[in-house]
Amino acid sequence: MARIDLKEIAHSYLAKPKDESDYALKRIDTAWEDGGAYALLGPSGCGKTTLLNVISGLLTPSQGRVLYNGTDVTDLPPEKRNIAQVFQFPVLYDTMSVYNNLAFPLRNRGIGESEVKTRVLEVAEILDLTPFLNKRAAGLTADAKQKISLGRGLVRSDVAAILFDEPLTVIDPHLKWQLRQKLKEIQDRLKLTLIYVTHDQVEALTFADQVMVMYEGELVQTGTPQALFENPEHKFVGYFIGSPGMNFLPCTLDGNTARVDGAGIGLNDDTAALGQKAQGKLEIGIRPVYLEVHAHAVKDGLPVKIEVVEDQGSFKIITVRLAGNILRARLPEGQTVPENEAWLRFPTRWTKLFADGRLVR
Amino acid sequence: MEKWEDNRAWFLVLPVFVIVAFSAIIPLMTVVNYSIQDIFGPGQSVFVGIEWFEEMLANKRLHDALWRQFLFSGLVLLIEMPLGILLALAMPKRGWGVSVCLVTISLPLLIPWNTIGTIWIIFTRPDIGLFGVAINNLGVAFDHTARPLDAWITLMLMEVWHWTPLVTLLAYAGLRAIPEAYYQAAKIDGASAWSTFWYIQLPKMRGVLTIAFLLRFMDSFLIYAEPFVLTGGGPGNSTTFLSIYLVKIALLQFDLGPGGAFSLIYFIIVLLFSYIFYQVLQSVGRGEK
Repeated sequence: MARIDLKEIAHSYLAKPKDESDYALKRIDTAWEDGGAYALLGPSGCGKTTLLNVISGLLTPSQGRVLYNGTDVTDLPPEKRNIAQVFQFPVLYDTMSVYNNLAFPLRNRGIGESEVKTRVLEVAEILDLTPFLNKRAAGLTADAKQKISLGRGLVRSDVAAILFDEPLTVIDPHLKWQLRQKLKEIQDRLKLTLIYVTHDQVEALTFADQVMVMYEGELVQTGTPQALFENPEHKFVGYFIGSPGMNFLPCTLDGNTARVDGAGIGLNDDTAALGQKAQGKLEIGIRPVYLEVHAHAVKDGLPVKIEVVEDQGSFKIITVRLAGNILRARLPEGQTVPENEAWLRFPTRWTKLFADGRLVR
Repeated sequence: MEKWEDNRAWFLVLPVFVIVAFSAIIPLMTVVNYSIQDIFGPGQSVFVGIEWFEEMLANKRLHDALWRQFLFSGLVLLIEMPLGILLALAMPKRGWGVSVCLVTISLPLLIPWNTIGTIWIIFTRPDIGLFGVAINNLGVAFDHTARPLDAWITLMLMEVWHWTPLVTLLAYAGLRAIPEAYYQAAKIDGASAWSTFWYIQLPKMRGVLTIAFLLRFMDSFLIYAEPFVLTGGGPGNSTTFLSIYLVKIALLQFDLGPGGAFSLIYFIIVLLFSYIFYQVLQSVGRGEK
């Protein structure tokens, strides 16, 4: 087990990167606490896998240091780092039995057969692989194969962290849930440091204590699922987390009122004060679930035209037009949808101000 | 849907049937026809049953040619398969070197059989050939026209030079198809280069290597042009392989009956061994149940 620190990591796949856009990772400075379950969330191509490979040592970063428990391991190859990695597609040694697959990393490290046996049986028990131990690995189902890949990491008692690179991609939907539960259970039991890469927010939010959101080679926010939802620090986090994503409206400031195409939306005094000093393009952001929709005119309510109503079963999502802007609101269960027009209220607490895509705070 | 009970589908199969008939069935049946008759001339033939087969199976020279053939194919496979794989492993994985290597390595495959024989005859001739003169001047007597071993060495050199590239190309294609994650996992698991080869690369190349093995077995077992051009089967009978002996019987002596029987025996041997090799290669490495 270990704490992992990344100090000023940057990486470019080009030999001579010219500007910032040539970097797959742009200055990442963060830490993973010992025994934490982390998810690394972001769209395809944002640098998640690159970051994971930097941690595991498959890739040496162009700049910066990687520390395990304070020891610099930047120049160590993966086999010397005591790291385990589970890939998108199950990686198996096809010609070996399940037992030999699990024993492989131990045997490569010169561990005696009796200890190998103890460890393999123990891990097989945890992963429910005991009945398959003498079967050939190649003939098993995708989820069993993925468990074997994970098992090859778990057998090593010295393993510092287990890295997952979208491990559930090839698993059937109904088994995904089971396997994720299994991972949680293992995490609780063994207190491992787990780093889980995914582009699926549901997977990230249900699996991890801490979610790190990546966007274009940068870590834009790290926090609990709740913090990411309630206080997105970057416009991208607002978009990416939650369904539908956050509403953003370009605005100007007028005292502590934000003006959106002439309509006034009240802001919290501190936010407005900070907003006066902020540079760049200002936008207000609010989650669809926090928008209040009223059928009749209310105080501070802005008149809107209802364009689309989507019935999602237990709740409804309406798309409305406020002057030139389109917003989406999520109606609480039981509320009836007003006809054609409605009045929107922006609760001050949930109305955030962003300057050039970053939260004003 | 309604089902039609007529034979129209046969018309669709007809073109294939006609092509296969002319390319395989008719020639094969002609051979079968020859093999069971004693033919004196046009319209003069006697049914002899399996007499020719008995005669050919008891033929001492055929036995010798068959063992020679097995030895030759065995050596070819023993040298070309590992060498081809080694070359494929040594080739660059990306960059401009890939195309350079691929083109250079495929050159021998583009040269016609007879030309290859001629190139190597001249190259190894003890009086004017670069190799022949050089090695003789080094004090090693070398003459493929006079010494059976030298003829064999020349043939093997020719064969290996000509066909190892095929194994290399197939093995290289197989190697390139292995996803990067396998190598990454092997690194993380602390596998040595040998284990990576043995547990990842070799099993993943099974399909292409099976094809390479079968192609090389069949081709080398049917070898004709190279020994024919080199020494015509000599010195003595030392490079008289099955096909050379067959041509002697069937075309030079015009013994169509024994030639037909011989052809069929030859055909069955190739078919049988290809089948056995295929089955074996498909099951190796799947031993652990």
